[in-house]
Amino acid sequence: MTAAIDTGDTAWMLVATALVLMMTPALGLFYAGLVRSKNTLNTFMMSIAAIAVAAVTWAAVGYSLAFDGNGGLVGGLGNAFLSGVDFAPRQGGTIPELVFFAFQATFCIITVALISGAVVERMRFGPFLVFAALWSVLVYAVLAHWAFGGGWLMSGGTLDFAGGVPVEMGSGFSALAAALVVGARKEWGRQALLPHNAVYVLLGAGLLWFGWFGFNGGSGFGTGHPSVLAFTNTLLCPACTLVVWFALDLVRGRKVTAIGAATAIVVGCVAITPAGGYVSPGWAMLLGALAALPSYAIIVWRTRTRVDETLDVLAAHGTAGFFGILFIGFFAQASWNGVSDGLFYGNAAQLGDQALAAFAAPAYAFVMTFVLLKLIGAVMPLRASDREEAMGMDVVQHGEEAYVTGEGAILLLPDDVGKAPVVPVADPG
Amino acid sequence: MKLVIGIVRPEQANQVLEALHKAEVRGFSMSRVQGHGGEVERVETYRGTTVQMGLSEKVRFEVAVSDNFVEKTVQAICEGGRTGEVGDGKIFVVPLDHAVRIRTGDSDEGAVTPVSR
Repeated sequence: MTAAIDTGDTAWMLVATALVLMMTPALGLFYAGLVRSKNTLNTFMMSIAAIAVAAVTWAAVGYSLAFDGNGGLVGGLGNAFLSGVDFAPRQGGTIPELVFFAFQATFCIITVALISGAVVERMRFGPFLVFAALWSVLVYAVLAHWAFGGGWLMSGGTLDFAGGVPVEMGSGFSALAAALVVGARKEWGRQALLPHNAVYVLLGAGLLWFGWFGFNGGSGFGTGHPSVLAFTNTLLCPACTLVVWFALDLVRGRKVTAIGAATAIVVGCVAITPAGGYVSPGWAMLLGALAALPSYAIIVWRTRTRVDETLDVLAAHGTAGFFGILFIGFFAQASWNGVSDGLFYGNAAQLGDQALAAFAAPAYAFVMTFVLLKLIGAVMPLRASDREEAMGMDVVQHGEEAYVTGEGAILLLPDDVGKAPVVPVADPG
Repeated sequence: MKLVIGIVRPEQANQVLEALHKAEVRGFSMSRVQGHGGEVERVETYRGTTVQMGLSEKVRFEVAVSDNFVEKTVQAICEGGRTGEVGDGKIFVVPLDHAVRIRTGDSDEGAVTPVSR
């Protein structure tokens, strides 16, 4: 078996894996910029926590449930705790299964991190860790099995190149459920809650786009045509989303906004994720342009509702992922992808397969997340008290601040820690 | 004419703004300050260095008002700033000798009364 390893494919997949892992801290930066300064670290830490938790659960059982065997609903436990995962390739692969495992792990990690966007600024850190662990196994691994691991969607003919089902719709519709269960921030709808650093948001979006070349470009699992096509589409599609987003901003507010641009980059990258290796570059550009419309509309609409899905995971990921999955059904081209045509090229059945995924995945993600968080909430409080929320989650949950000045900080020697609650301080007035 | 100085929690600043607006107090300035009252201090740890934060972020409102607005202003700041926990802040009312509106040269009561446009 080892003879089937392709060194070029393996080299690229090693790099692609590292690129996708970088997307999670990039997402942390993106999210941290979008919240108020008192919640910067907690928001960033939710992404870092996703790495900690999901990498472990993925190695323990997640990978096995997603990729062991061809069961309809869920895989087996044959690869639990990395059993049998070594230097030999998987069936039909050209890279060591260890690399395949690591690449897929980074997908699970970022998906968990994405959901945090729905609950930042009020969810407690502990329950989030518990949620991350359970969600990565019960929701992500199952959806990944359906779409990638030989489950019923994949064997039924649904095309999902890099994760429109498990990553994008999985996170987007789970985020909606999470926002409903955890509830809105206390000032939501009464006060303006503004992003505290638009530069972080732009930089985070830029790094996400950079990492997305590994995400989509690696989802052909080598250096063949699908990877090359997806790689280039990852450049073209988000660029077109940006152009259309600029136009929408201009029409609506007469100014092109920076945070709008950062959002457009993410929306464009999401839209091309399922379709990357299946549609021509020309259609990818149309996809990018059109995908801007529903996401933009949902962002505008969502802020008028009582749903505090704080960082618009549903609009950016759920909606654009849904759109990208359906788009394949229309514009997939066998002459480009070597697999299947869409409706536009005479194969209406493909659209049916895509539509099935576009409704099954959101339904599963939403219901499971809703139930899971209700159960966790029955055991421990999901959110901080109003008082703690007002102080900011950084100090309350982590005992640190993002922008500490050091003025007024009194060093506590090891012996003093835990004693002497109040030390007299010079009169500030 | 008095100068009302209100020092409140930053997270209550918006509430105070709202209350001042409702009380029809239109002119004021605010600044970020750091201070220490009776509140229990926060202990934070940065990679092994544990510190006690002796200063807390506060927001300081300064409102120059004519005498019949003093009580309304104090009420508004109190109402907007109160959470009931130690550290809600203080209000000081001090006499004001003289005020000038730069644009018109109006002085005293005229300078601290909003003009209707």
